[in-house]
Amino acid sequence: MIHRLLAVLHARNLEFLRDRSTLIFTLLLPVLLVIGMGFVFGGPERPLFKVGVVAPHIDPAAHPFLRERYVEFIPLPQAAQALEKVRHQQVDLLVDLTEPPRYWVNTDSPKGYIVEQLLLAAAPAAHREPVSGAALRYVDWLFPGILGMNMMFSCLFGVGYVVLRYRKSGFLKRLYATPLSAFEFLSAQVLSRLGLILFVTVILYAGIGAIIGFHNAGSTLLLLLLACVGALSMIALGLTIAARFSSEELVGGLLNLLTWPMMLLSGIWFSLEGSPRWVQWVAHVFPLTHVLDAARAVMLDGAGLAQIAPQLLFLGATALAFLAFGAWSFRWRID
Amino acid sequence: MSTPILEVRDLVKLYAAATAVAGVSFSVPAGICFGLLGPNGAGKTTTIEMMEGILPPTSGQVLYRGETLGTRFRQEAGILFQKTALQDFLTVRQSIALFRGLYDRGLTVDEVLRLCALEKLASRDNRKLSGGQQQRLLLAIALVNDPAVLFLDEPTTGLDPQARRNFWELVQSIKAQRKTIILTTHYMEEAELLCDDIVILDHGRIVAQGPPRRLLHEHFAQVLLELPRQDFPAAARALPLNILESSDRIEITTDNLEATLRTLLAAQVPLGHLRIRPANLEDLFLELTGTELRT
Repeated sequence: MIHRLLAVLHARNLEFLRDRSTLIFTLLLPVLLVIGMGFVFGGPERPLFKVGVVAPHIDPAAHPFLRERYVEFIPLPQAAQALEKVRHQQVDLLVDLTEPPRYWVNTDSPKGYIVEQLLLAAAPAAHREPVSGAALRYVDWLFPGILGMNMMFSCLFGVGYVVLRYRKSGFLKRLYATPLSAFEFLSAQVLSRLGLILFVTVILYAGIGAIIGFHNAGSTLLLLLLACVGALSMIALGLTIAARFSSEELVGGLLNLLTWPMMLLSGIWFSLEGSPRWVQWVAHVFPLTHVLDAARAVMLDGAGLAQIAPQLLFLGATALAFLAFGAWSFRWRID
Repeated sequence: MSTPILEVRDLVKLYAAATAVAGVSFSVPAGICFGLLGPNGAGKTTTIEMMEGILPPTSGQVLYRGETLGTRFRQEAGILFQKTALQDFLTVRQSIALFRGLYDRGLTVDEVLRLCALEKLASRDNRKLSGGQQQRLLLAIALVNDPAVLFLDEPTTGLDPQARRNFWELVQSIKAQRKTIILTTHYMEEAELLCDDIVILDHGRIVAQGPPRRLLHEHFAQVLLELPRQDFPAAARALPLNILESSDRIEITTDNLEATLRTLLAAQVPLGHLRIRPANLEDLFLELTGTELRT
């Protein structure tokens, strides 16, 4: 069994590495995206103060401070997560206006100092809790999203179209005439794509780190494990689409149907905090959302294995489920 | 009598709109070249694909060495489909090595390259081969496991005459190793040269079965006389002879050559371009399947 799997794996790797245009495009696209997005969004912050309020929603009538102009008030009911945002200077100040009023301000943030003066004018008795931490650049937040997006496209389209091409050309039919099983063939495709994705991701991680630098508060090995499990889940998802169909239009449509909601709802470009609950629920159906949540938890907050275990379990379980479904519904030939 | 290497029993394949194979039975002894002949749409490829285990039959059975097709068959069969694409960006050697890796036993890659005269092309990208070279590569791939039974589905269709003759020589050398070959072809010359036993299919049914010589003997006790059409006077068409007209020639079938020649001479038919030949497999094929065009 292993020699058959290795034969297909080796041939697939050779095929990919010799397809220079695809290889260069695979490496170049995410680098260009990161540089472009960093350039566009990495500049000066917008001239607006952001204040987190420890409350489920904002009621301007509740306190005069909440009626201040040029300040955006964001409800942050989870105090612990809200505090992380103060540390990363994602909000300029966090306030809890229930009696006795308290606030947390980042002593390293100039904007925090200004908005603190506004608060003290409206609530002189508020108790001060100093917090420190460097500002989080948009590019630091964006970087896991770009890596995840690159993985998603590579997993879904890379595997989906390759299997479809093999089926349409009759190559799968020829393989079917050999002792190779569907499981061996699919495993070889998964491993080949997984190796490629990890290789590209590591190059991007190191290359982009050297070019523009980024923040990683957690373990690089844990990130590698996450990339591995996340890629497995998305490759297996691609195989479920390619397992059966022979029409390029249909497979292309189905892959777009998967990738576009993931592009918009998995939190590649912006956080879904504050979006309607149903949107967040839908987003958590997608493997990419779990990859990005866990990657940002590791890179931005220094989360360990225990903290991202739920996401790893979800990704592992979906990988197995998608692979089993793909092997069960696999078609070698066009009927 | 020993168990045939392949046995086909009441094989039927129905599609929604048509019956491709309507109950076909035959057996193939080991070590022979067995031909499946028939016009387009006769059911040749459907039959061979069911024999290869690629296509499930609607009913009926295919047995390999007395057992249903399974792992042993997959390990011991070599297959050359009518149309096959290989993986892109691989050389000839790498394409063969990929398939060699899928079998537990077989020939080395170098042995297969030598067998199919591909040594000089070993480093060439498989997409940059001519039609004949491509077919030799596909044959090499079909031989990597040193198969006991080799399926060749219209292997020389589209090849030029040199490439076709070169391919026939290769098949004859494989035949000399006492391997069983199942061949479908449109070319009667190919079937006559290579096949020890044939089945002629039409409309999904067997219309003739047996060794080519025996079939010719059974169907053609006569000889064929061929004359150019322009040499044959219109009045001579009324002669009491078995005459078949085609666009450029007149064919007369007879079991009494001397009497036929006397009749033609008496009718003053010029015999300067007369050709007398025994019936061949093409004559048998046309007699059994007709001359109307199949789509």
